[in-house]
Amino acid sequence: MIENINPGLIDWSRAQFALTAIYHWLFVPLTLGLSFLVAMMETIYVRTGKEEWKRLTRFWMTLFGINFAIGVATGIILEFEFGTNWSNYSWFVGDIFGAPLAIEGILAFFLESTFVAVMFFGWNKVSRKFHLLSSWLVAIGASFSALWILVANAWMENPVGMVFNPDTVRNEMMNFWAVLFNPVAVDKFLHTISSGFVLASMFVMGISAWFLIKKREELLAKRSILIAGIFGLASSLFLAFTGDSSARTIARIQPVKFEAFEALSDGKQNAPLVAFGVLHGSGEKIGGKELPNFIFKIEIPDLLSVMTSGNKDAYVPGLKDHIEGNSDKGILSVIEKAERGKIARQTLLDYKKAKENKDNEQIGVLLKKFQDQGFRDNYFKYFGYAFINSPEEVIPEIYGAFYSFHLMVILGFLFILIFSLALIFLFNGTIGSKRWFLWILLFSIPLPYLASELGWILTEMGRQPWIIQDLMPVKIAVSNISADSVKTTFFLFVFIFTALLIAEISIMLKQIRLGPKH
Amino acid sequence: MTIMITHIFLQNYWWFIVSLLGSLLVFLMFVQGGQTFLFSLAKNEMQRTMIVNTLGRKWEFTFTTLVTFGGAFFASFPLFYSTSFGGAYWVWMAILFSFILQAVAYEYRSKPSNVYGKKTFDFFLLLNGSLGPFLIGVAVATFFTGSKFSLNQMNQVKWETQWHGIEALLNIKNLALGLAVLFLVRINGLLYIINTVEEENVVASAHKKLTFNIIPFLLFFLFFIIMLLVSSGFAADRVTGVVSMESLKYLHNLLRMPVVLIFFLSGVLVVLFGISIAVFKKSSKGIWFTGPGTILTVLSLFLTAGYNGTAFYPSIFNLQNSLTIRNASSSQFTLKTMTIVSFFIPIVIAYIWYTWKSISNKKINEDEMKSDGHVY
Repeated sequence: MIENINPGLIDWSRAQFALTAIYHWLFVPLTLGLSFLVAMMETIYVRTGKEEWKRLTRFWMTLFGINFAIGVATGIILEFEFGTNWSNYSWFVGDIFGAPLAIEGILAFFLESTFVAVMFFGWNKVSRKFHLLSSWLVAIGASFSALWILVANAWMENPVGMVFNPDTVRNEMMNFWAVLFNPVAVDKFLHTISSGFVLASMFVMGISAWFLIKKREELLAKRSILIAGIFGLASSLFLAFTGDSSARTIARIQPVKFEAFEALSDGKQNAPLVAFGVLHGSGEKIGGKELPNFIFKIEIPDLLSVMTSGNKDAYVPGLKDHIEGNSDKGILSVIEKAERGKIARQTLLDYKKAKENKDNEQIGVLLKKFQDQGFRDNYFKYFGYAFINSPEEVIPEIYGAFYSFHLMVILGFLFILIFSLALIFLFNGTIGSKRWFLWILLFSIPLPYLASELGWILTEMGRQPWIIQDLMPVKIAVSNISADSVKTTFFLFVFIFTALLIAEISIMLKQIRLGPKH
Repeated sequence: MTIMITHIFLQNYWWFIVSLLGSLLVFLMFVQGGQTFLFSLAKNEMQRTMIVNTLGRKWEFTFTTLVTFGGAFFASFPLFYSTSFGGAYWVWMAILFSFILQAVAYEYRSKPSNVYGKKTFDFFLLLNGSLGPFLIGVAVATFFTGSKFSLNQMNQVKWETQWHGIEALLNIKNLALGLAVLFLVRINGLLYIINTVEEENVVASAHKKLTFNIIPFLLFFLFFIIMLLVSSGFAADRVTGVVSMESLKYLHNLLRMPVVLIFFLSGVLVVLFGISIAVFKKSSKGIWFTGPGTILTVLSLFLTAGYNGTAFYPSIFNLQNSLTIRNASSSQFTLKTMTIVSFFIPIVIAYIWYTWKSISNKKINEDEMKSDGHVY
């Protein structure tokens, strides 16, 4: 399928995409959450008519604008990088993947960009109610845009609603609703936007805490903590709920990823959930890859079995089951899957040859195969395995997945605690005097950023080696360009993104120090 | 009356939508055109602030149109997306870099503690304004001049030159269209400034600069059009899909498609009319004519590139690998789904129009810049 696989090119292409995604994700969650917080504050302003609420709204809106601009800048790169760096991927799945991106542009981006102009330039030009409506539409537009890109991303995790066309050598969409309501998409969307709400709430609370520490704008700061505290607490509870739902879906759809982030080498009944642990090499190897073991762990008995199957006696497969196979549990080994994938690939090559030779009889026979549900379910489903050279290739980076996942979950529970305490201290009127807690709030600002990025590292690295689960490994998805070209653009992006991030943070800090305008 | 929603119908429909988005993008790049005058048109800081702010209130529409153009192209003609973006890597990357700089420049330029200073961000705007339209023009010109690439039987692209897109700059026709687009957006930028800024000196200076941009625009545009009409083009057989060179192909296309010819001629005439009332009558309404004229002209060029059995992204390495709207499109199902989504476009245009009107009821002047509102 691709003649010369160049490991350097693959690594640099992945590095470039990861870099762009990580930078992009430094800005997007704040946009997602802050837009709603601003709209809520403005709603109170419009309902009460009190200028103080307008001041508050405009202050947070200024910070929103600074962040929004750089989110837009990094976002455009991601869209085009699918083509520039993953061109084989773009063709193989463009028939499905392109549609959500186009819908995002037509339905969401214009909504955001049109009404963001009213948000910033419409004060004193449009009615209060129209301005408020615009602020809400920006918030809805931002989440709506997240929906479509996450639908596209979820399809990479769980390719559904399509059929492979051997003539065009690509997957073609057959059921739009299956793509939109893909269970991974639903989980991902809810989990991602709620993570944005949590991040923005923590951002608002942390900055408000700084004002309280400095004894400036105390009333506005407390009002901000009230709104952000309630929104943050509700969102963090919902985040935990959607996280749980996501993990169950992953266990069912991407078991190897699930086993990696649980560091579950051996399958077991009454499987415990590891709340936290420290890994080291076990000495046991699959191919060239060493499986990990725990030096130390805190575990909750039976919980993993209950979580995945609702039954404490249920068997939870481990990595070894999915690599070496487990016939008792009906799990194929990687080698079996690779054999089936190779049959699917050979069928495709035979079909292409028959087309070239204009052998109509053979074309008909092979075409029927591709249309046969049994062939699709038992062979084509493993098409990507045809490019897997050894079983250990399908094991993602376990240490990275395990620590990313567990740290993210721990932080998630910490957020619930922080939001709860903030509201308790606010309601009993002691928040201003609890300086230790205000400092905690301030230094908690980076934590949701960390948790959010870890979530993406987990989901993307955990899917490796696949760009599309089971259908296409990353190594055959890359564009046929030189590794040096990608290396050059990688460093250019590092330079530009970092330079802009420095400017963004500096401007933000200055605006915060200046405080709300009178 | 029922319309048969065939795959061919949908391919034609989506080529029209992509062409329309492309032509809207070229018009909306008046923002980029205006950015190229930040240093030469403004005599003082206030004038520059006015210019930046009148353009800055529209930059996101241009940006969003570019993103939507990319998304719609991906969804409807994914083989173009994978072939061109994955092959002509450097041209697209250069375009992208220039747009990253633009996205932050407006918001950050006048904010205190912006680290690099206002001039740096204004320079970013100048860079984006010059490079963006020029390179987009060059990239679009390759729709007529072709690129060196091959596709294997799995439809995977290999760029058959190590320059990965930079080679497009060595073709004189590509350069001519790139420069024509650059000078066109500069003209539109000036006309937009004339229309929206209420400051005598800026307007007078913009009027003066018009002439110096009209002449190169006409020279490059006419050169490109004449070369296009007299050159051979990439014809795709309607039945077999076999691509061959046909002399005067693009001229034939215009003659075979009178509606497109009318779009082209009326577009050019309306642009010229808009320019002439600005130059000779010092009218501020020029943009109202050059805008629609630009859209019609660019639309007709895109339609000429793709309709009437023409390969819209030709391979000069292997003619049979050229992309047509038949072989590069999405499946019938995807195009049908996308078509339903496209019915929302009039609603999008309606709310954009309404909001533009509601926030642009005042001209940009010194008072507006000193008011309580958001100022870049």
